Amino acid sequence: MDKRDVIVCRCSDLTLADLEALFNTGYKTFEELKRIARIGMGPCQGTTCGPIVRSAIHRRFKEPIERIPLHRARPFNIGIKLGAIKEAADDES
Amino acid sequence: MGTEEAVVIGAGPAGLFAAYELLLAGADVTLIDRAAQAGGQLVKQTHKFFGSKEHYASIRGIDIRHRLEHALEKNGDGRLRTLYSTTVAGFYADGALACVKAERYYRLHPEVVVVATGASERTVAFAGNDLPGVYAAGAVQTLMNEQGIRPGNRALMVGSGNIGLIVAYQLMQAGIQVERVVEAADEIGGYQVHASKLRRLGVPIETKTTIKRAFGTNQVEGAEIWRLDAKGEGIAGSEERLTVDTVCLAVGLSPLVELLSQLSVDTRFIPEFGGVAPVLDETYMTSRPGVFACGDVANVEEASTAMVEGRLAGIHAAGYLNRQIPRRKEKIQALETSLRTLRSGPASEHVRKGLRKVGEHA
Repeated sequence: MDKRDVIVCRCSDLTLADLEALFNTGYKTFEELKRIARIGMGPCQGTTCGPIVRSAIHRRFKEPIERIPLHRARPFNIGIKLGAIKEAADDES
Repeated sequence: MGTEEAVVIGAGPAGLFAAYELLLAGADVTLIDRAAQAGGQLVKQTHKFFGSKEHYASIRGIDIRHRLEHALEKNGDGRLRTLYSTTVAGFYADGALACVKAERYYRLHPEVVVVATGASERTVAFAGNDLPGVYAAGAVQTLMNEQGIRPGNRALMVGSGNIGLIVAYQLMQAGIQVERVVEAADEIGGYQVHASKLRRLGVPIETKTTIKRAFGTNQVEGAEIWRLDAKGEGIAGSEERLTVDTVCLAVGLSPLVELLSQLSVDTRFIPEFGGVAPVLDETYMTSRPGVFACGDVANVEEASTAMVEGRLAGIHAAGYLNRQIPRRKEKIQALETSLRTLRSGPASEHVRKGLRKVGEHA
């Protein structure tokens, strides 16, 4: 299997080969991977890539799967224009 | 005091029933869904349900949705507000919900919230998994059953749970040849009755087998499957090439806990439910007082159990609001008995196991 043909994160176009290269550099948690590669920060917000990354970490570092945390979810889970938030704030005040 | 009495997030089977019970108890209810219509997954379910009459057996999912909407209107008495095509984009520590509809943004401040956001489809990593023609089973159902579009001509189904089996059958009904159903586990995951229907149509189901890769230039032109050894690793030399233009993935669901995670409620990884699920007390309340969860977001299961859980969560949420419900205790007991009956079969063993794990933590 060519790991360059296996997409892990389709939002940021990251392959299994990219992910393993990051493992080799020392990144081994979802939070770290998110900061360095934007994984989990696209439209899927980790719902598609999360389980795949979790099992990749499990296979690579032999960590029990139930102990591998994903990232901390924060608002917003979809893109919102700043103008729309400003408009709402003006209405509320 | 919140500006809204009760907000239900998600108008699928669980959310619709939670809203129904809250309305019956006299509460004002705001029902939110990001889709343009109520029903959730029921909208694409053209097959008839199993079980007893009480749980809508022999009625199609799409028709259950119409009945539920009618019941809500009848009992709503002007107290139901529906916000469809609306996404809850944030759940803040102060209890505020950030809502978005088209370009408009606003916040709600509810007294109680029932989270019934459902689950998302899992996917699986294999070479060529980004080629056009690789679909999740839910997407195939949306194309065929909602929009009347054939996804392709020849398909490979990955996964033999009930969703995989039912969608494979629906593909055949739509005139799409299902070349094979492959299942990584030792056994077929779904009900025997669904598997038998496929076998009668001549569709082979192979266990301990999975997809190795999909290939094609601009879209799927074929797929390679291979056998798995006892450790779940692919066996070199066992590859078989199939000529297909569609690869359909039905490899399980994960609870959509995003909003609950934003609120930092207690959660736990439950392999039986395909991911992280919220820890609930016996009233379906999360670790955050006034925030309830039911349906697939709490434990990935079936529409029938989601509907009963929705009713229970709705009754308990109404209780939290101090709404009086006639014969409350009997009603709760009857619903809990009904849930136990639904979960008593051998196919529900993993659900019982998952629920025990949630309970251990609570």
